Amino acid sequence: MPRDMLTGSRIRERRAIKGLRQADLARQVGISPSYLNLIEHNRRRIGGKLLVDLAEVLGVEPSMLTEGAEAALISGLREAAAEAGVAMAETDRAEEFAGRFPGWAEVLVWSHRRITSLERTVETLSDRLTHDPRLAASLHEVLSTAAAIRSTASILAETGELEPEWRDRFHRNLNEDSARLADSSKALVNYLDDTEASADHRGAPQEEVEAFMAAHGHHFPLLEAGAGDLDAIIASAPELTGRAARQVARKILRQYAADVVAMPLAPFSEAVKAQGLDPLALAQAFAVDLPAVFRRIATLPEGVLPGEVGLVICDASGSILFRKAITGFALPRHGEACPLWPLFSALNRPLVPIRRRVSQLGRAVAEFDCLAIAWPDGPPGFERDPLYRSIMLILPVRHGEGDGATPQPVGGTCRVCPRSDCDARREPSILSEGF
Amino acid sequence: MGRHVLLIEDEANIAEAIRFLLTRDGWQVDTHADGSDAVEVVCAAKPDLVILDMMLPGKSGMDILRELRAIDGLHDLPVLMLTARGQSRDRDMAEKAGVSRFMTKPFSNIEVLTAVRDLLAQASRT
Repeated sequence: MPRDMLTGSRIRERRAIKGLRQADLARQVGISPSYLNLIEHNRRRIGGKLLVDLAEVLGVEPSMLTEGAEAALISGLREAAAEAGVAMAETDRAEEFAGRFPGWAEVLVWSHRRITSLERTVETLSDRLTHDPRLAASLHEVLSTAAAIRSTASILAETGELEPEWRDRFHRNLNEDSARLADSSKALVNYLDDTEASADHRGAPQEEVEAFMAAHGHHFPLLEAGAGDLDAIIASAPELTGRAARQVARKILRQYAADVVAMPLAPFSEAVKAQGLDPLALAQAFAVDLPAVFRRIATLPEGVLPGEVGLVICDASGSILFRKAITGFALPRHGEACPLWPLFSALNRPLVPIRRRVSQLGRAVAEFDCLAIAWPDGPPGFERDPLYRSIMLILPVRHGEGDGATPQPVGGTCRVCPRSDCDARREPSILSEGF
Repeated sequence: MGRHVLLIEDEANIAEAIRFLLTRDGWQVDTHADGSDAVEVVCAAKPDLVILDMMLPGKSGMDILRELRAIDGLHDLPVLMLTARGQSRDRDMAEKAGVSRFMTKPFSNIEVLTAVRDLLAQASRT
């Protein structure tokens, strides 16, 4: 994009920083708001007196508007400062810094992004090494077969006089085990290649379903319209490669369709806009239970809610059955999550809704409102214990929205949780081990 | 010093190799491949030493070890645990459960032989 094409974006950004309305700025420099709008969207070139006037009103040098650092660079600097949590960082001078030292600013932003990326990689790999059952089984198979080959080969090589019957048997074992090792090694490499090649690390059915739901933004317009063919949606999903994943996805979509019937999109969206995000009021208005409302909120299209929401569902064993990720709240990909999550507390008090303000220590401390409830899944039966499930809606707390109360600190999973004084810790953290 | 070893290992070819090795060294070796009834098999066989794989069908080697240590008369039974999981926390767990020696796969034959000889020599001194 030509340099002068970005000038409008910089004017828009500086105006937003100063809190000026478009009409006010336009009036102060003697142009129409519609013309300023065209400038701000880089659809009109600008220079000369108008540029000088705009810069004066905005309180910057004209060169800052025409040659200022890229917005992305400034945004990257602010992000790095926020996540570093260093109070003395002069975030209000990020643009000046980027303007005066663009090279160093690039280095800083690049380093921050690299750290973020590596942290994610460490988290994913350690999580996988620790909890991925397929990887563990695959490694066990390789090592066990290698052990058999090593022992057998040693016997053949080191035993001086070996009866022909034993020799033949060990040769046969060696042949079998070497073929097994070749197969299991190939399977392991394929598995690692597949997961390394795909950014979403799919493989297990739940992961495929998660990728499928994420690809659709957890929203299915055809199902909203009551016209969706579940089988067709599933058959056309490249994310769902396995039969198990397709079965899980079908069950979720069937529930989705039932929720649409009970809470149609238009009236539900209207109710959310009118009443705010009040799950109890919504449950009453649509005569449904809270888990249904939580699920429905998580499937609303962009624009209905002020921001993103997360959703987690588990069974009574604590196994995560469904995840809708939300920025800043780590949801472990495999294995056990943090037992301090309200999701699990709810299992201790079925049918009692609980609401907790929590903070999760990740790259930066983020606060969330977690709403959870456990409920018996399936029809009741005599002489049969109910099977409970628990669901938790995760809502981000925006800056300044806090009520001053101290949030409950929670983690993602012990292996990558930095908290040292936690009574709920199951195993040491790789962060404290200096991994 | 007794010379009876019970080998609990579900990998048939590993079991065959270890059995051959120890038999050649003068030990009487019985094998068993299932974890679910391994504790009962140990109690019935009364071996002088148990070689126990950690990952077994039916019941894990770690659970078997804990159950054995809870039985009167088996607190000091030498148990050599074999595992493909060599992480320090697995080793720690095994030590807490009362393992006598912990060996990760793939191992060498001489390591197994040495471990068996050492453990039984130690047992005979106590």
